[in-house]
Amino acid sequence: MVKDQEYLENKASYCLDLAKKLGATDTSINVGSSISETVNFRNKKLDESNRSDNLGVDITTYIGKKKSSISSSNLLQDNLNILIEKCIETTKNTPEDEFNALPDEDLLAREIKELNLYDDTHIENNDKIKYLSILENSASVDKKIINTESSFTEDKSNFILANSDGFCKGFKTSSFVASSVAVAKDDKSMERDYEYTLKCHLDDIKSAEELGKAAAQNTIRKLSPKKIGSEKIPIIFDKRIAKGILSTFASAISSSAIARGTSFLKDMIGQKIFSDSINIFDKPDIIKGLGSQSFDSEGVKTETLKLVEQGILKHYLIDTYNGKKLNLKSNGRSGGTSNLYFDNGKIALKDLLNSNSKSLYITETIGHGSNIITGDYSVGATGFLVENGEFKYPINEITIAGNFRDMFQNITLANDLEFQYSTNSPTLMIEGMVVAGK
Amino acid sequence: MSNFFDKSDLSRNEAENIISDTLKKCDDGELYLENSKSESILLDDNKIKNSSYSSDLGFGFRAVSGEIVAYSHSNEISKNSLRQSSDNLKSTLKSAKGNYNHSIPKTNKKYYENINPIEQKSLKNKVEILNEVNKYLRSKDKSVKQVTANFSGEQKSIEIIRSGGETLTDIRPLVRFNVSVMLEKNGRKETGVYGVGGRQSYDAYLKENNWKNVCDEALRIASVNLESKPAPAGEMKVVLGPGWPAILIHEAVGHGLEGDFNRKKTSAFHNLMGEKVASEGVTIIDDGTLNNRRGSLTIDDEGTPTEKTVLIENGILKNFMQDRLNARLMKTKSTGSGRRENFRHIVLPRMRNTMMLSGKQTQDEMIKSVDKGIFAVSFGGGQVDITSGKFVFNCTEAYEIINGKIGSPIKGATLIGDGPSILKEVSMVGNDMMLDPGIGTCGKAGQGVPVGVAQPSILINKMTVGGTKL
Repeated sequence: MVKDQEYLENKASYCLDLAKKLGATDTSINVGSSISETVNFRNKKLDESNRSDNLGVDITTYIGKKKSSISSSNLLQDNLNILIEKCIETTKNTPEDEFNALPDEDLLAREIKELNLYDDTHIENNDKIKYLSILENSASVDKKIINTESSFTEDKSNFILANSDGFCKGFKTSSFVASSVAVAKDDKSMERDYEYTLKCHLDDIKSAEELGKAAAQNTIRKLSPKKIGSEKIPIIFDKRIAKGILSTFASAISSSAIARGTSFLKDMIGQKIFSDSINIFDKPDIIKGLGSQSFDSEGVKTETLKLVEQGILKHYLIDTYNGKKLNLKSNGRSGGTSNLYFDNGKIALKDLLNSNSKSLYITETIGHGSNIITGDYSVGATGFLVENGEFKYPINEITIAGNFRDMFQNITLANDLEFQYSTNSPTLMIEGMVVAGK
Repeated sequence: MSNFFDKSDLSRNEAENIISDTLKKCDDGELYLENSKSESILLDDNKIKNSSYSSDLGFGFRAVSGEIVAYSHSNEISKNSLRQSSDNLKSTLKSAKGNYNHSIPKTNKKYYENINPIEQKSLKNKVEILNEVNKYLRSKDKSVKQVTANFSGEQKSIEIIRSGGETLTDIRPLVRFNVSVMLEKNGRKETGVYGVGGRQSYDAYLKENNWKNVCDEALRIASVNLESKPAPAGEMKVVLGPGWPAILIHEAVGHGLEGDFNRKKTSAFHNLMGEKVASEGVTIIDDGTLNNRRGSLTIDDEGTPTEKTVLIENGILKNFMQDRLNARLMKTKSTGSGRRENFRHIVLPRMRNTMMLSGKQTQDEMIKSVDKGIFAVSFGGGQVDITSGKFVFNCTEAYEIINGKIGSPIKGATLIGDGPSILKEVSMVGNDMMLDPGIGTCGKAGQGVPVGVAQPSILINKMTVGGTKL
């Protein structure tokens, strides 16, 4: 079982008291406990079981404007005593920073919203095995599938966030994840693809059969890929990678990147950075939402932000430290976004695919090719050539490149938004990008 | 060294009994104990932004039967916790009928000293150097708009207890010093990053104000990038500089030669043992035995002494990298390549220091032979799809080559290639092999481990450059 609220609160208050006694003027602490159990299958047989029991504490102490932090997975009192002493000693020897502070008290969350993020159901390993057997049978129906690896993970977590201004709150969350990776082979090629399902509640995950079938289909359709020539061509991003564009946008509007001047979106509040039709929300209170939360990692209450309205940038993602630096109040985004999404588009996927006589539909990108300082983007890609709305053949060993400044202005969204992750996008098309191939 | 049972209600004797009892019908397995201490001191935006210290303690208990691995880990080294893990392992391996393999090779060699780098340099001194770095860079060039510099160091003590009570230990120091600088000129912003590190004290890397050389290098890269033009798009010849660009070898072929992917036949190399997979003259080794290198290990995370493993010799595929599990199932021996990020993770076969050895040509000859192509000097991260063999990496410093001469710098672009065929496209191997500066971290299955790479300059006949200029 994960540690209960009382255990975590006791540890937190012990640390707060000790830090104060040793000279801290302010302290914040996060104590967490999680248990995760995974079963892996390979080629329809049990391959691995993994149980993970985690405890952890993070403590930040302030002496005036000096700050230092420690973290540990060893919560024995002896060890906490040594670490807190060390933390205070380090704090004293760390130079002052005028922006160091706990969050403003009036911004702290007063309540924990009932968001239904915890499902107490425990699924025994034997039942995980049953699910995985069905999944792998369903994934390996086609003879072209030569290898399958699947896993089922159940995760339960609890935490307490406390600070010396009296904040002390936490909540339990759970997740159930099943995934399947298939390898398919034909004369010319070997390809790999996957499918997964992740939910807070067991009843909401996809059926094993459906998941296995999807993993196999995703993989088989990639066989015998071709390489195409280098050209400018409209690019359609599958939902599972379109969300990556949003994640890059989120890093570029984080107050830390803005305060440091290392973002291509610095000084762009009020400017039109996307095309007119684009609206972007960050909504922390979605029931059962994978990114839902009542407060951010500093305890600041979180409310829905319309980050982009009709193409215009309205907010940065602000935490306490960088907020003070920018002379802005925290909007509860220490630790990043919650449930971030593009508002749904207007046209059906079918029409998006048909909107050009020739386009590229990308299902996977590889590499770390997003530069948020310059906005330059260049990654390896795999996908399909689309002609007149039809998938013609698979494509690989190409790169796609552009600059986010231009890419953002040229986005068209389909109307197929679903909430599958914490960051979600409908299928999207970007025009004007360059493909490098042969 | 750490005594893991000092503060526990569990005695070493009791632990050994639980281990032997749990593993009696298994083929392999061990209790892995780990105590690591780490620190990070970060200067950013003219301030010491972060000084943090972390201590991590826990165990991972593994039982292996046939192809099945059961694993359980916890932060609490206690009777209760180890018993619970034992029950968990037994329930997964109810029908285990294995024969425990007690043999594990021994070594007296050590490739680094038992030091704690964190304690060897005072916080005050580290803060002073970081402030000097900031001052030095900002005064050296007026277009410097941002400086980030950090020290990170750790000492990791591990103990492996096998069935029957056999015990293996290691203490591993690791440090890194890193500088990143951003320049702004005429509305353009570009960065340069450089770092050094390995398994010694910080001061070993900071002799004679070596921090200035690190700063100068970061600044040089950023300045080059300020002048960069859009990169070309399409297939062309690529000359790679020596040292860190060997990340190409790591991504393109290294991962594909790890035992697990080949046992499972999901690597594009699985049926190519003994065959020609690279041009003549190409020899690639993976070496865990280089003194004080970031990727070196005295013993791996299963207790096997590391070694110098020849992967490809003069173009012919010779060996895969193996941990105990994959070696047993492929009927060969472990190459001391079993590694894990920490006690929370299972062991996987991983790279250590992956190196392409020197050939005979010079970099000049390579450049002169290229009509149209690029010269890539440094890279950021890379990634590979093991199954299709396609890999990418991102240039952080590159130039165009026109008619045998180095031309303008080009913007960061992704290069993409095909792992199994790329080494056959190597047409010249330089005589200038160089080790990387000690900065690599390799990710696999969610686990990061420190690694090294090395190579001479090489000429690749054909790769796709992912620029924007058609």
